[in-house]
Amino acid sequence: MKTADNELQRYDDRTRMNHWAIALLFFLAALSGLAFFHPSLYFLSALFGGGSWDRILHPYFGLFMFVSFLGLFLRLKHENVWTAQDKAWLDQAGEMFRGNKAAMPPVGKYNAGQKLVFWLMAISLLLLLLTGVLFWHAWFPHFPIWARRIGVLLHAVSAVVLVLTVIVHVYAAIWVKGTTRAMTRGSVTRGWAKMNHPLWYEDMTRGK
Amino acid sequence: MSSLQSLDIAQGSATTTSSPSVRKTPEVAKLIDISSCIGCKACQVACMEWNDLRDEVGTNAGTYDNPNDLTPSSWTVMRFSEVMVKRDAASTTQETGLEWLIRKDGCMHCADPGCLKACPAPGAIVQYGNGIVDFISEHCVGCGNCVTGCPFDVPRISQKDNKAYKCSLCSDRVGVGLEPACAKSCPTGAIRFGSKEDMLEFAGTRVADLKERGYAQAAVYDPQGVGGTHVMYVLQHGDQPELYAGLPKNPVISPMVWLWKSAAKPLAVAAMVGAVVAGFFHYMKVGPVESKEDEKESA
Repeated sequence: MKTADNELQRYDDRTRMNHWAIALLFFLAALSGLAFFHPSLYFLSALFGGGSWDRILHPYFGLFMFVSFLGLFLRLKHENVWTAQDKAWLDQAGEMFRGNKAAMPPVGKYNAGQKLVFWLMAISLLLLLLTGVLFWHAWFPHFPIWARRIGVLLHAVSAVVLVLTVIVHVYAAIWVKGTTRAMTRGSVTRGWAKMNHPLWYEDMTRGK
Repeated sequence: MSSLQSLDIAQGSATTTSSPSVRKTPEVAKLIDISSCIGCKACQVACMEWNDLRDEVGTNAGTYDNPNDLTPSSWTVMRFSEVMVKRDAASTTQETGLEWLIRKDGCMHCADPGCLKACPAPGAIVQYGNGIVDFISEHCVGCGNCVTGCPFDVPRISQKDNKAYKCSLCSDRVGVGLEPACAKSCPTGAIRFGSKEDMLEFAGTRVADLKERGYAQAAVYDPQGVGGTHVMYVLQHGDQPELYAGLPKNPVISPMVWLWKSAAKPLAVAAMVGAVVAGFFHYMKVGPVESKEDEKESA
């Protein structure tokens, strides 16, 4: 999409399509997985055609989500390297939650919270893949029972970490106005960039 | 295999409310007296016949075990163990001796069934009021979690239809007042069926008899780690159940399964719902983060 004068491009088309593919697959995998997570959520299996279909489809949703995440991961990982400034930002995170944005140290393209979300998603998705394989018996019926026991436990734990991380991720996008358009249109306003990512704003506007 | 009107359900998998339980049925049990077993496999044949199961013909693995393992269509298997057994001091025979121990393996019908605990499909595994644990195959989604939950490695998932199978203790026969097919066919009376109380009493007389014959450690196998079982063994060497093709000494539902199902999941559901609610109230309290500059520009 074209960016106007008072806008800055934050994500190109490929990155955005990749992001939304992951998002759709996340909802498919999460809803089909939560159906088996707790009896109170079993009704979700109806969305996928009943318990057996849910069991058949869930691993594929997960696998495709992992593969599409890999694309975004490789694209964004160098921008999410943890630095000393991130530590300082995180120490001030309480102020952020109280709505005192002014107290936060200036950040580049991503703040420490966003980087944490990025790495938590990457790690939990990797764990979900590795542990999920252990009890995907349609393809891998021969793993020993002790491995399956570790698998189901860690799969559930990683799934919860991922779901909680996504809740934080979505909430942040709702909370900080002007953020969602970065993923829906690709561009953000200069005002948004100046306020939320001043160092990135400087990078983007230097020499222009 | 199927739910029975004649048997009340005491508990069902993935069910958080009470099952209908107005009737009180006495607990039943099958008692397998290993010291009376001659390894004829009539019980295996009776099981195949009553349940109308035909396993594929396998290969000989060097023992009398046939088939070599439990399968989706072999719900009971005689396991033959040739072991050197240390005789106790009271015995008049030599220190160690060769013994051929034959254990009829199959579902133990635990009072606290690990399979039922691990199953995510509502009502796919039930425990009847009489203690029998049964797989209701039409509700099974084929996830294989019962395999993870079982401390005895009993359930088998069919690669054909992805359903879990195991011994039903002939719940269809028991529901109409008959004994399980294996018990009916046993020519030596090594397999008995009745109320758990009666079976424990009879087992006591068998143990006393074995002790008189020099098996000082003879005992009933009714492991309390799973709340007791509705299939019990009389073991000549009650102190070494492992001799009997690896029968676990203190079977319990794996603590990992407990942690997964009983602790982590309810907490996690609370955490996920809590996170959404916390986000909602945070927004209502603090309000959105907006850049003032854009407002001016657009104004």
